Amino acid sequence: MSDIFPKWTNKLPLQIAVGALLMGTAVSAGCWYYLTPKYTRVGYQPIQPVGFSHATHADQLGIDCRYCHNGVEKSWYSNVPAAATCLNCHNAVLSTDPRLELVRESGRTGKPIPWVQVHKTPDYVYFNHSVHVARGVSCVHCHGQVNKMDEVQHAKPLSMAFCLECHREPEKFIRHPKEVYNMDWAVAPEVQANAGERFVREWKIEASQNCSACHR
Amino acid sequence: MRYFLLALMLATVAAVGVAGFRGTLSRKPPIEVFPDMDRQAKLRPQVPNAFFPDGRSSQLPPSGTVARSRKMVAGNESVYPFEEGPLTTGRITGTTNFIELNPFPVNVSFIARGQDRYQITCSPCHGAQGDGKGSISKYGFATIANLHDKRISTQPDGELFNTVGHGKNTMSGYASNVSIDDRWAIVAYLRALQLSRVAVIEDVPADKRALLKK
Repeated sequence: MSDIFPKWTNKLPLQIAVGALLMGTAVSAGCWYYLTPKYTRVGYQPIQPVGFSHATHADQLGIDCRYCHNGVEKSWYSNVPAAATCLNCHNAVLSTDPRLELVRESGRTGKPIPWVQVHKTPDYVYFNHSVHVARGVSCVHCHGQVNKMDEVQHAKPLSMAFCLECHREPEKFIRHPKEVYNMDWAVAPEVQANAGERFVREWKIEASQNCSACHR
Repeated sequence: MRYFLLALMLATVAAVGVAGFRGTLSRKPPIEVFPDMDRQAKLRPQVPNAFFPDGRSSQLPPSGTVARSRKMVAGNESVYPFEEGPLTTGRITGTTNFIELNPFPVNVSFIARGQDRYQITCSPCHGAQGDGKGSISKYGFATIANLHDKRISTQPDGELFNTVGHGKNTMSGYASNVSIDDRWAIVAYLRALQLSRVAVIEDVPADKRALLKK
């Protein structure tokens, strides 16, 4: 009987199986690593039309978040301030600086400054800022330490898993309302455990986990 | 087999080389992997939108319109936010004279609210203590008022309210950033702040004096 298949084909089924396994592993690992917001969103740092530094304004000057984002306690979205808010100080400070020309122009004419939005939830997600800040979710939780950023970057994935992490165990994350806008606030874990449970109890927090809470 | 392994390894290295690691800074907008309904044909606030002639999604109210609102109530006064009255203008109706006293009942929680709003809105310039030495004053804003000046501490409440909302000299008005009741709360807190500078030991209740360290 002649050789229809050469001898090396004896190993072929095993090689194919091992090869497929390796390929499968590599592809799955690639998808796991690259196709989630932890890769796609985190680190996004667009060039803004005006080089506004949160580090200078919030950290160095100690201006509260709400001086500019003044709607965050009442509104579902946290507004970008009107140019008039910038000009409250910049009428006098750096009043002729060419870097601020767009702001001055916006103040004069009402033409919006084309800021690039960094944190953008998908349109099928409902997120309300006011209820979160009123119940002890700090800016830092979702936006990172913006007060240390010269240019804002997307620091947290803001994926569904990220939201649920806190909605499942709010007591691990929420803080006293007075510290919500304190970007440098830190707490010992055992203090957090006690305080967090108390806040959940006293404020009757029922962090929703049903679909229609966010996908409404 | 060894060619296959080599190829697989090269492909992995190439993929990592092109795609990089998690958290790498990038100027490019995030990829939306399954973009099915991520971006819908609906308005989001403060984003460009071609539907309107001025290209913005957040439209300014048409001129001559007022926002839907309820009457604001303070003490026995009630007035719509768009109406003119002592509560909204700080002046006695029909005159240019300022009202002497805060129309809101001043209590601890009202002053605390004022303190909170003062620290957000006023303290960058006027300083946490009201002495005009806020952090902005170190950066070339030279004309910030010391709120303990006699010129200011002798003003009626209505005049302070008017200044918070409409500004004065180099100060811009904060009417669009701070609501009417919050502006009155700030005035109430400012009064407390001013009083703290001229307070004497007799102002402290007798049983609390021991808590003050000399």
